[in-house]
Amino acid sequence: MEPTSSQSLYEQLGGEPAVDAAVDVFYRKVLSDDRVSRFFDDVDMDRQIAKQKSFLTMVFGGPVAYTGKDMRAGHAHLVERGLDDSHVDAVIELLGQSLREVGAPEHLIAKVAGIAESARADVLNR
Amino acid sequence: MPGITFEGRTYPREQSESVLDALLRNGVQAPHSCKAGSCGSCLMRAEQGVVPARAQAGLKDSWRSQGYFLACVCHPDGDLAISKVGSDAELGATLADLRLIGAGVMRVRLHCDAALSFRPGQYVTLVREGGLARSYSIASLPEESAIELHVRRVEGGQMSTWLHETASVGDRVSVIGPSGECFYVPGKEDQPLLLVGTGTGLAPLYGILRDALRHGHRGPIHLFHGALHRGGLYLTEELRRIADRYSHVEYTPAVLNGTAEDDLAVGAIDDVVLRRFPKLAGWRGYVCGDPALVKLLRKKLFLSGMGSREIYADAFVPAAQTS
Repeated sequence: MEPTSSQSLYEQLGGEPAVDAAVDVFYRKVLSDDRVSRFFDDVDMDRQIAKQKSFLTMVFGGPVAYTGKDMRAGHAHLVERGLDDSHVDAVIELLGQSLREVGAPEHLIAKVAGIAESARADVLNR
Repeated sequence: MPGITFEGRTYPREQSESVLDALLRNGVQAPHSCKAGSCGSCLMRAEQGVVPARAQAGLKDSWRSQGYFLACVCHPDGDLAISKVGSDAELGATLADLRLIGAGVMRVRLHCDAALSFRPGQYVTLVREGGLARSYSIASLPEESAIELHVRRVEGGQMSTWLHETASVGDRVSVIGPSGECFYVPGKEDQPLLLVGTGTGLAPLYGILRDALRHGHRGPIHLFHGALHRGGLYLTEELRRIADRYSHVEYTPAVLNGTAEDDLAVGAIDDVVLRRFPKLAGWRGYVCGDPALVKLLRKKLFLSGMGSREIYADAFVPAAQTS
């Protein structure tokens, strides 16, 4: 069935199965990227994967309700370690590459990037 | 109204509520965070009743097969009896055999007072008189009469020193468990399996290998066992015998220090594995042993294409030293 404009972004992207398909691709990219890998290299890989899944669900417009306060609290320790705009740029770039790789259309990738962009100030605690 | 039984009490659940919401509404302090089936904080285990597939979506196969589910997205049709993750009873046991099977590695066999339901590769916590407790992986199969553990002698380690020096057959202990999600799950019989461990990380892998064969696994199975020196390898004859008997099983012992020989790879275990298999998309992996190495290997296997949900790891964290 053709996606219709009445579907949410999350539905158009394919919902949870699409998140599952994208999460490994995305996490592999951030872990392999010298610009940002140090922020993602947790001792507990399962926990990191779960975090990335929550992140992708959020930027897909899916059912994860993080408040600005949650985003601030969750990234404060990374800001202390030097997280800045250049890293957010890199993550949004890798997010776009990942979605392209799993076959998402450009106009939806742009919407996802827009949602990620809207979290920038909270992530960087500004 | 369907009910949820938890820790001996039954709570009513509204048809529209998730299991988590019903618990919270009834005043049960259940851990949770995203409430969207994403973060995994609300993981629980079903003892009785049918868990809908949605509540297990995204979980590893070995978790599903044990009844684990996410309470926040669980809307069962009927009653459900559930428990917290990791609440197990203690079972009495007798030491049945103690045998040195490698340099500093004691094979401990236990007879439990009642049947212990486990999957090879899971671990139990062994408790000695006085309460000293340490966890060890299970190397035996359920149909074997004894539970087999491999205990490496740790300098200053209370339990391992006791088992190596003082304990004797007939001594009473108890076991708690089993726990752990590092075990073979039937259903993908043609998938290639990679088993990698160092030291007594071989114990769970030895169990998983034989469990896979017992289940008729047909895909290739590659076992890599690493040690510092040749003397740190053990069960080599037994593992060679298995590899000779099953054409789809390959066994590679590897040492960090030594010279390359026909029957031995030399180098860091992660390098040895990835030289042999640089691309691992579609594989399932089991990684056991030293925590730093487990972390490194998980990452390397993942970056080599193995799916995050296909990687099962068990890091052997040493007990804190107490005087």
